[in-house]
Amino acid sequence: MLYRKSNAVKVLQIFFVSMNVPLLLITVFTVFFSVNLCAEGKQEKSLQHIRMATTSSTENSGLLAELLPVFQEKYGIQVDVIAVGTGKAITHGENGDVDLILVHARSREDAFVEEGYGINRRDVMHNDFVILGPVSDPAGIRGMTNASEALKQIALKEMDFLSRGDDSGTHTKEKELWSNTGIFPSGTWYKETGQAMGSVLTMTNEVQGYTLTDRGTYLALKDKLDLQVLVEGDQSLFNPYGIIAVNPEKHSHVNYAGAMEFIVFVTSPEGQSIIGRYIKNGEQLFYPDVHSPRKN
Amino acid sequence: MNVLFEALKLIISGDRELVAICLTSLRFSLTSIFWASLAGIPLGFLLKLKSFTGKKFTLVVVNSLMALPTVVVGLLVYSLVARSGPLGELGLLFTPVAIIIGQVILVLPIITSMVYGSVSDMDPRLPETLKTLGASGFPYYLMMLKEMKNPILSAVLAGFGRVIGEVGVSMMLGGNIRWYTRTITTTISLQTSKGEFELGLALGLVLMIIAFVLNFLIHKVVHHD
Repeated sequence: MLYRKSNAVKVLQIFFVSMNVPLLLITVFTVFFSVNLCAEGKQEKSLQHIRMATTSSTENSGLLAELLPVFQEKYGIQVDVIAVGTGKAITHGENGDVDLILVHARSREDAFVEEGYGINRRDVMHNDFVILGPVSDPAGIRGMTNASEALKQIALKEMDFLSRGDDSGTHTKEKELWSNTGIFPSGTWYKETGQAMGSVLTMTNEVQGYTLTDRGTYLALKDKLDLQVLVEGDQSLFNPYGIIAVNPEKHSHVNYAGAMEFIVFVTSPEGQSIIGRYIKNGEQLFYPDVHSPRKN
Repeated sequence: MNVLFEALKLIISGDRELVAICLTSLRFSLTSIFWASLAGIPLGFLLKLKSFTGKKFTLVVVNSLMALPTVVVGLLVYSLVARSGPLGELGLLFTPVAIIIGQVILVLPIITSMVYGSVSDMDPRLPETLKTLGASGFPYYLMMLKEMKNPILSAVLAGFGRVIGEVGVSMMLGGNIRWYTRTITTTISLQTSKGEFELGLALGLVLMIIAFVLNFLIHKVVHHD
């Protein structure tokens, strides 16, 4: 016992002698931060959290920044947003890593529900896809009313086309349009970027090429881009967003109640009017689907 | 140039979100570096001072792990902590804990390897002298630690540089959740994708300032004696 005590004193002595002031400060700072983090981890639990995987378009356009604070104020639930492509968002839902998803690829949403991963799918809002290109429009697609035909024209003239290439909702739509043309796009003119919509728009602007984008992200970035909407209004360019809760029967740990609160809020008159009133650069980005068809 | 000016304005005005993001980044990095040092420094010493079978192989492994890309670490931890993974029950994905696990794995080999290197360069008479003076057990190692203070600090600093600047682990394991797991680097990548370069650049500047201040502090420490 005595030996141990002297040992401890020695240890302390060496410790304080060897540590000079700045080093001591750094150590204290670090320990403080580590402890602080643990404490906060506990605090966070008192406020209810739900996790929502969504597409980059809802986050990048700034819409969620309008919706979430109102929801949190009213329901006391904080929504942790994981903004990824639709494909990845659905995967997160299938694995039960999130409580709900807000995505835009109708066929894949239906599959998600049919396979039992999601329940209570609701239409939330819509906008449309547009084909953007340089003002000079070297492929000559301006004003075309058939999106697939326009893509075909770009392919035939081998003009630079930037694809999301990331399994997102927009990418899903683009593949759908290509399959209508019967062309399998390949070659140096077809660039699979694997990036989020905002990055692809910036890249398209730099190379002055063509791309398919949702109108929301385009409008949000419009004044930074030297690109024009060349093709719009085609039926096939309709872009509906759906919200789906992850099935608690598949993943018992998900916060189903919290997810449903958010779904109810988003489809309520209040949530819908926030969506409808959201204006960026003087234009409406999303159109609420107020009379949402109740399915499932 | 205009963008740079806007960035500076953001920093000087002490934008609330900017400050929150910087503190989050610092918290994660310091916590990771704390745990990684706690494990890595003793490991570096043990690797040099103890002999055991498979030592050379261990060294090769540790050195190769230094080259581990951040996304691979992210992917590895992801497959562990995702709901479908073996640790899925704990629900760690998209929390600070997941980021810290990833960052510790990322820097542990760097700290271990650098400490090992500096212990190897140490005057071989030091351990003998210490033993002659009657030091043994924990105090003995603590004395060694004191003697090796400067190279160890360099190792920790190198590790810190790696974690505060990494984006793969934070993005994949933290999910870039606002006010929660959004760090300096994930914000920069988000802002870049949104085409808003001001906040991204401002954060880039902050990152450089943090690196500069830390290096300055360490420099002071090293040349204190």
